[in-house]
Amino acid sequence: MSVARYRRQDKSGYIFLLPWFIGMLFTIIPFFASLYLAFTDYNLLNPPEWVGLDNVREMLADDRLMQSLKVTVIYTVVSVPLSLAAALGVAMLLQHGIRGLPVYRAVFYLPSLLGSSVAVVILWRYLFGVDGVINKGLALVGITGPAWTTDPSHALTTLIILHIWTFGSPMVIFLAGLRQIPAAYYEAASVDGAGPWRRFISVTLPLLSPIIFFNLVQALIASLQTFTQGFVMSGGTGGPADSTLFYNLYLYLRGFTQFDMGYASAMAWVLFVLIAMLTAVNFLAARYWVFYDD
Amino acid sequence: MTTNRIRHIGLCLAGALMMYPLLWMLSSSLKPGATVFTQPGLWPASWDLTNYPDGWTALEHPFSLYLANSFVIVILSIIGNLVSCSLAAYGFARLRFTGRRLFFALMLGTMMLPGHVLLVPQYVVFAKLGWLNTYYPLLVPNFLATNAFYIFLMVQFMRALPTELDDAARIDGCGPFRTFWKIIMPLSLPAFATTAIFTFISVWNEFFGPLLYLTDSELYTVPLALRQFMDSEGQSQWGQMFAMSFVSLAPVIGFFIAGQKYLVKGIATTGLK
Repeated sequence: MSVARYRRQDKSGYIFLLPWFIGMLFTIIPFFASLYLAFTDYNLLNPPEWVGLDNVREMLADDRLMQSLKVTVIYTVVSVPLSLAAALGVAMLLQHGIRGLPVYRAVFYLPSLLGSSVAVVILWRYLFGVDGVINKGLALVGITGPAWTTDPSHALTTLIILHIWTFGSPMVIFLAGLRQIPAAYYEAASVDGAGPWRRFISVTLPLLSPIIFFNLVQALIASLQTFTQGFVMSGGTGGPADSTLFYNLYLYLRGFTQFDMGYASAMAWVLFVLIAMLTAVNFLAARYWVFYDD
Repeated sequence: MTTNRIRHIGLCLAGALMMYPLLWMLSSSLKPGATVFTQPGLWPASWDLTNYPDGWTALEHPFSLYLANSFVIVILSIIGNLVSCSLAAYGFARLRFTGRRLFFALMLGTMMLPGHVLLVPQYVVFAKLGWLNTYYPLLVPNFLATNAFYIFLMVQFMRALPTELDDAARIDGCGPFRTFWKIIMPLSLPAFATTAIFTFISVWNEFFGPLLYLTDSELYTVPLALRQFMDSEGQSQWGQMFAMSFVSLAPVIGFFIAGQKYLVKGIATTGLK
């Protein structure tokens, strides 16, 4: 390849990427600008004022911030494993050329496309209302259901259930992954006397581990950034008693209703660092449990 | 045979459980508002079809305005994502240029970046540009290939096309632009369809952006409008609220049924490679 021809591709490569380059400026500059703002006091009207680590100090002493962190972590730690387990379980049931697969897949996948819509969160609020369908159902089996949405110890549970309801998108990825496992492996395992459980542990899980890993990383990152569910469920307050105050909801309230934009930037960066660290730990841990066939 | 039957029974029960909330919403939208919680059962004992016309006009503006606003934003976002992301994807997948690997890694990195890190400075810039209370903050980023997920999806698809196609086009005298337009783009239509459907669903459901940038109720999108039902909740409005909630979900369900093939393929590709 001659130098002239190489240069020509250089030029057209950059032309094709031009919108992306401009978009990257809209990403990189705000990325560092928010790092700067994290060390300032800023309310949009006056110029940012450098305050050093004051925002971080305030965060450490901020009970609502700690509460929002707690809500977000509980929500993530409970709902991510449960929804991934549901996704894998149903995907296992759906493999082996089961009849009616497209219908089943559609039924389980559809909720994951609706789970973040305002309509469904509103619906959830009423399903779990004091007179709601859930409590009527519980009453049939003799259980008096709690006031799900107004009792601080139960409000988050309803959102965890909503999250689990949307297990369809990891399920679809699991289904595609299961299909790639060669049938010969299962046959060989059967010949060696492995039962269904043994085949699941020794064949399915290791060969599926890269996809489990992908789904886990994605789900953790998304879950830590939950906003709409908490906002709509609580009418924008994070209540009752801050029990649905997700981290990003608190960030929004501080940054865009109280216009503490320096503080909001500091919060955003803390979450970013936490997510980056968590993802790094995930990748390190992956060496011990993720198995690559090739 | 029997284990198979048990499996089907289990899946049907689980499927019914999954669909129940949506069916309950549909059923509640067809009942008189006051009976939504007193009358159990999915099949309405008494029907009230007026929830739909009444709900349509219950808010400050007719619901058709909110639907139209949402559609305008969705369609322009689809166009923006298709154009800008396909251009970038073609560059990454098929052209060789200095810095390609670095830029590609950067692009993948932005996929993991939590959006809120950029939020405050972007809001400040949009405010300085006088773009608050307009659709620009919601639309312009989509024309600048800021959705790395869609670029990645298209790159994966384009990489799988045989490179002989590009070579043949070059021998026939096509430059990169004609090759993109005449060869790669027509062959990548499935990836375009996946991107369009994903964009439709995510922009249609998008709540945070409109909440942040739109203050004038004339500009409200469907999710913002629905929220107003909750602020003004009263018994008589329950039926109307569920009716309009169902109207808001209908396009997503429709797109899902029409495009399921592309969605399933698209989502599977992102996880496997």
